[in-house]
Amino acid sequence: MNLDTIIQETKTYNCLECGKCTSVCPVAKYDSSFSPRAIIEEALLGFGDELTSDRELFSCLTCYNCRNKCPCDVEFPLFVREARVIAQGNGQYGICAHSGQLQSLVRLMTSPDIKQKRLEWLSDKYRISDQSDVLFWVGCAPYFRPIFQDIEFRALDITEASLKVLNLLAIEPKLLPNEKCCGHDALWTGDVGTFKKLAQYNAAQIKEAGVKKIVFSCSEGYRTFKLDYPKYVDLNCEVQHISEFLAEKIEKGGVKFKEIKKKVTYQDPCRLGRHLGIYDAPRKVLQSIPGIELVEMEHNRTESTCCGTSAFTNCESYSNMIRKERLSEAKATGAELLITACPKCQTHFRCAMVDKGEEHRPIPKIEIMDLANLAAIAMGDKQ
Amino acid sequence: MAEFEPLIIAFCCNWCTYAAADLAGTSRIRYPANVRIVRVMCSSMVNPFYVLKAFEGGADGVLVAGCHQVDCHYIDGPEKCDSMVEGLREMLHVLGLDDERFRREMVSASEGVIFAQVIRDMVQQLKRLGPSPFKTKTEALA
Repeated sequence: MNLDTIIQETKTYNCLECGKCTSVCPVAKYDSSFSPRAIIEEALLGFGDELTSDRELFSCLTCYNCRNKCPCDVEFPLFVREARVIAQGNGQYGICAHSGQLQSLVRLMTSPDIKQKRLEWLSDKYRISDQSDVLFWVGCAPYFRPIFQDIEFRALDITEASLKVLNLLAIEPKLLPNEKCCGHDALWTGDVGTFKKLAQYNAAQIKEAGVKKIVFSCSEGYRTFKLDYPKYVDLNCEVQHISEFLAEKIEKGGVKFKEIKKKVTYQDPCRLGRHLGIYDAPRKVLQSIPGIELVEMEHNRTESTCCGTSAFTNCESYSNMIRKERLSEAKATGAELLITACPKCQTHFRCAMVDKGEEHRPIPKIEIMDLANLAAIAMGDKQ
Repeated sequence: MAEFEPLIIAFCCNWCTYAAADLAGTSRIRYPANVRIVRVMCSSMVNPFYVLKAFEGGADGVLVAGCHQVDCHYIDGPEKCDSMVEGLREMLHVLGLDDERFRREMVSASEGVIFAQVIRDMVQQLKRLGPSPFKTKTEALA
C-alpha cells in the first residue's frame, strides 16, 4: 500500500487539525517532538518520505486514545501501522527493545521446520485433553522467562493460573504443542510478511485441531485473533479472553470464590479496552470475588493510560515517565494490588519498578498481579 | 550431491579467542574453512540478538568464544557472557534448536591448537546434524 491509499483507507483526509489526538496522546505529553497531528499533517502535505523514514513513527503506542477522541473518525493507529510497513521497506525499524531478540525470535518462528519444545513447563497438576473443543492459547509466555527474569516477571504463572481456572470450571482445554507467535508485534511494527506466515500457520493448526473456541490470557493475542486474523485467514471459531470467559460463567452462577480481603485497582490494557471495548468483564470478575474492593484510577476505562510501550519498540525514557505516572495513579487510589489483564502491561510496570528513581521522586511501588492469578487464588488455588 | 558444508558464525573476543585464531593461522594449523569470525571487544558484549540474527541469516551453528574466567581484559566479561548464554540456551531450547548448534567456549590467546580443535569438532557435529531448520525460510526469501 502506498501512502495515498493508506490515507484513503484510514480516513486520514478527514483530519480537521483540531489537535485532540495530540492533547490526549500519552507519548506527546512527555515527548514534545512527537505529535499525531503533525504526523497526519506531514502525510497530507506530501512529506510521506520524511514521515516513513522517521524513527518517531515507531513511538506511537497504538493505544487508541487518539482514535477515541477524534471527532472525524481518523484511524490514526491503523494509519501508523500501515505507514510502518512502508518505513520497514525504507530500512527504518524503530528501536527494538531488548536489543531486538524478541523480534528475531518471531521471525525465526516462521520457519516451517522447527519443532518447538514449548510445553515442558506443563505438570500433572493441570488436566489437558486432546479431545477438547476448547483451545487455550499459551502465546509467547514460554519464551519470556529468560528475558524477564531480572524483573521477576514469570509470564508462565499467568498461563498456569489460567489453566487452573479452566480446570476448576471443569474444562480440560487443548494445548497446541507447536503453536507459533500470534504475530501481534510483527503486524504492529510493520512486518506484514512475517505476520501473514504466522497467521496462516496458526490457522492451519487450529483447523486441524478442530476446536470451537479459543481462550486467551493475553489481550494482544486476543485482539490479533479477533480483529486481524479474519482479514488474512479463515479461522472459523469463537475467541474469548479469560476475563470474558469467567464473567460468562459467573453470570450463569457456576463459580465459587472464597474471600480475599484486598483493595485493588484495575489497569485496562489498551488491546482489551479501547481496541475491543471490553471494560466490564474483568471488573465483573473482580467484583464477584468477596472481600475485593475495586477502586478506579483517575484515568479509567476509555480514558485509561497505556503501560508505555507496545510491540517492544521504541521503549525510551518517555515510556518510563508514562509508567511512572500510571503507577502513581494506582498508588493514589490507596489500593494494595494492581490488577492487569495483559502480560505485557505487567512486564512494563515491573520493569519500571525495578528502577529505584531519584531520592526526591522515587518510583511508586505497588504489587501487580494478573486477573487470572487472582481468580485462581480466589477459586482455591494454593500459591 | 556435494557434501553438506555447514556455516559457522563465531563471535570471538578481541583479546583472547581472536588472537588464538590468529595464532592458529600463523602456526599453520589446519582447520575447516566453514567458520566466519566476527571480532567483538569482549564475549560479554554478545547479546542474544547477535546469535539469533546469525541463525536468521542462515548460520548452521554459532560459537561464542572468549577469555577464560581469570584472563578477562575487563575483569568479569566471561561471567556476564555465561549468564547471557544461560538464558539464550533456554530460548533456543524452547524454539526447538539442537543444543549442539550453539556453543560457548573459552579459548585463550595462546590456545591456537584448541581453537582449531573446537572448529573441527563443531563442523563434524554440524555435518551430522545437517542444515539448520531456519534455513528453509532464508532460502525461500532469497
